[in-house]
Amino acid sequence: MSKANEVNLVDHGFMDARIKAIDIAAFLDRVQRAGQEDDYRVVALREALNHLLEEDPDRAKRVLLSLSDPTDKPIPVAPGKGAAGAWSG
Amino acid sequence: MRYIEPHAHMVSRTTDDYEKLITAGCEAVCEPAFWAGFDRASVEGFRDYYLQLTEYEPARAAKFGLPHYTWICLNPKEAEDLALAKDVLDIIPEFLDKPNVLGVGEIGLNKNSRNELEVLERHIEIAANRDELILVHTPHLEDKRKGTKLIIDALLNNPKVRPERVIIDHVEEHTIQLAMDKGFWAGMTLYPESKCTPARAVDMLELYGTNRIWMNCACDWGISDPLAVPKAIVEMRRRGHDQNVIDKVVYQNPHSFMSQCPKFQL
Ligand SMILES: [Zn+2]
Repeated sequence: MSKANEVNLVDHGFMDARIKAIDIAAFLDRVQRAGQEDDYRVVALREALNHLLEEDPDRAKRVLLSLSDPTDKPIPVAPGKGAAGAWSG
Repeated sequence: MRYIEPHAHMVSRTTDDYEKLITAGCEAVCEPAFWAGFDRASVEGFRDYYLQLTEYEPARAAKFGLPHYTWICLNPKEAEDLALAKDVLDIIPEFLDKPNVLGVGEIGLNKNSRNELEVLERHIEIAANRDELILVHTPHLEDKRKGTKLIIDALLNNPKVRPERVIIDHVEEHTIQLAMDKGFWAGMTLYPESKCTPARAVDMLELYGTNRIWMNCACDWGISDPLAVPKAIVEMRRRGHDQNVIDKVVYQNPHSFMSQCPKFQL
């Protein structure tokens, strides 16, 4: 279906990706300066970031999987209603 | 450009948002039942909500010339209290017969608990026995992968469920294939923080094709954008996609899926 190869996707998306990369770097700097880098969410984010420099073009999927609960059985009781964005184990 | 908004919680939106939708080309809005942000205390609270969805909200939308359809269920966020859930399930069939109700939804899981799964299975049973369409909410963030698998297993465990009459909503890159491989429809929710951006949704269309898929804004009382689908249309245009392809995704596909319920007439 795609005509996307005819479009310069780098023109279209580079600045947006650039600002997000710098924002992530600044976030990691900020939590580290505050001594909060051991929070399980920060640890999970750093782990997920490892996938960004891999070669295959399914990095988004691998980042999502890396932040997911890997277990398969229902839990006994819902601990609350919200989700945190990273699996606490 | 014409489009259908297949998932929007209009009871939590202002009248201005109805104006925005029709100005942007929206030709129908479909509202699944969901959680109010707090737990309703009794079955009568649910009855009032279902009356709002089947009587008040369609009248409000009609003032803007916008057809309003809805889906009825108990949201998985309210499934931990099994006794209340059972009482609520008992009143659902009377609302499924209302003229603007397309089926059972948005059912699914939230934290993937045993009680949530039990209530999901009962909803599936109600829908399957009446041959209703099903709209599925998949869990948020870290719970989505596991929840999507559990939901698909529960659906496939019921031999009366026909996948082409089920849409698995809020898919992302790690769950879209799970839904589509089994013959279900897939919904991509354009939700600023926790789900999918227009750019990623268009990536998935390019990767997985334009059959059995739609996009929605799922706007509700949280940070969300009632114009997310028109913004995704802009993204498709900027990426060189043809008007016919865009029309298929944002109008013809939701039209085809929901027309499986004879009450859906545009
Ligand atoms: Zn919803």
